[in-house]
Amino acid sequence: MSKPIVATTSLAGCFGCHMSLLDIDERILELFQLVEFNKSPIDDIKTFTKQCDIGLIEGGCCNSENIHVLKDFRKNCKIIVSVGECAIMGGLPALRNGIPVKECLAEAYLDGPTVGNNTEGILPNNEELPMILDRVYPCHEVVKVDYHLPGCPPRADLIWEALVALVTGNELKLPYEVVKFD
Amino acid sequence: MSEKIKFTIDGKQCLAKKGQNVLDAALENGVYIPFLCHVKGVKQAGSCRICNVKVAGRTMTACTTPVAPGMEVENDIPELHDLRLAIIEALFVEGNHFCPSCEKSGNCELQALAYRYQMMVPRFPYSFPQKEIDASNSKILIDRNRCVLCKRCIRSFQDDQGRNLFAFKSRGHKVEINIDKECAVNLSDELAQEIMDVCPVGALIRKEKGFNEPIGTRKYDKKPIGSEITSVV
Ligand code: SF4
Ligand code: SF4
Repeated sequence: MSKPIVATTSLAGCFGCHMSLLDIDERILELFQLVEFNKSPIDDIKTFTKQCDIGLIEGGCCNSENIHVLKDFRKNCKIIVSVGECAIMGGLPALRNGIPVKECLAEAYLDGPTVGNNTEGILPNNEELPMILDRVYPCHEVVKVDYHLPGCPPRADLIWEALVALVTGNELKLPYEVVKFD
Repeated sequence: MSEKIKFTIDGKQCLAKKGQNVLDAALENGVYIPFLCHVKGVKQAGSCRICNVKVAGRTMTACTTPVAPGMEVENDIPELHDLRLAIIEALFVEGNHFCPSCEKSGNCELQALAYRYQMMVPRFPYSFPQKEIDASNSKILIDRNRCVLCKRCIRSFQDDQGRNLFAFKSRGHKVEINIDKECAVNLSDELAQEIMDVCPVGALIRKEKGFNEPIGTRKYDKKPIGSEITSVV
């Protein structure tokens, strides 16, 4: 029997959730026995090469590229899991929700205390660059998301238990300590 | 002592003092009914509605319902579980709750209720409302993004002339908590701490003293809210 295939990505996240996945320590060996990885920063496969069973999404959607990747994941994965606060509710990037994009860009590139020598007042506007969205969107407001794993990042044990439950079909046990929002 | 009133919660025999509300009586009888706006000894508001129980088929807030003799209260039933979870979820999407950056995280009663009821994601869309922060007071920071409008602060704190330290301004979805700038001048550190502790969420934050408890040692890191009364079922 072939192994279930897992894909992962980081959208508007900080890679903390991926770090937390690596925090399962030596169970990572067990994980590679259990599943095969496809598109993921973990193995550096950049594009889907086959249909996957599980897609783990870190981060919410803050630009057009995030939307594109998320929709690609939905198309290529049977099960989509929002991993972490950013995927679930936008997280810290969503602190900008409510502030007009123009003001955010001005703070970042024109007026902010760390802005260097942008004397011409240039805002990044190359067509190669993804478009910033009007606000940061939780993943489930863009595509259908099947499961949510809260935490910032989710505890390694939660990610591990959830993956094992999904792969083996066993019931997911959720001890009180593992479901936390920070 | 005057005689006690007999009543039941989910079939368990309980005793209440005359005039006591269902919530206080339940807690004294070792039955946990979840709540957010209630503060012991302070006039009830019945505003959060998380303590909803069923009596004779009707849903009512336990904190504002006096115990009547022979009353049969339903508390721990799936229907109320879902109703309470829905209220908790509504409170999360109605404000801006960025728990990872909140000073109250780990000690927050709203978050703790979400943990107890295992909220993985709210069923409602996030509204990301725009709220103002008021940092003008020297001891207390008001972050309205996190206020659940429970009125605990309004009901709990008066100055020596009986004037409220806190009040609501505006109405409807514009309602917001405010501090009385004159009454709340020169707050002591102790009072500032008390104010922060009374607020169930991180809307009233004592200044210059945040994040001083490591993760793992905070109030609700290991034990669910209410577990000091009854264990989670
Ligand atoms: S007030 Fe509570 S629920 Fe809101 S952000 Fe702070 S810890 Fe989270
Ligand atoms: S500031 Fe805190 S105590 Fe006051 S109404 Fe808001 S949530 Fe309740």
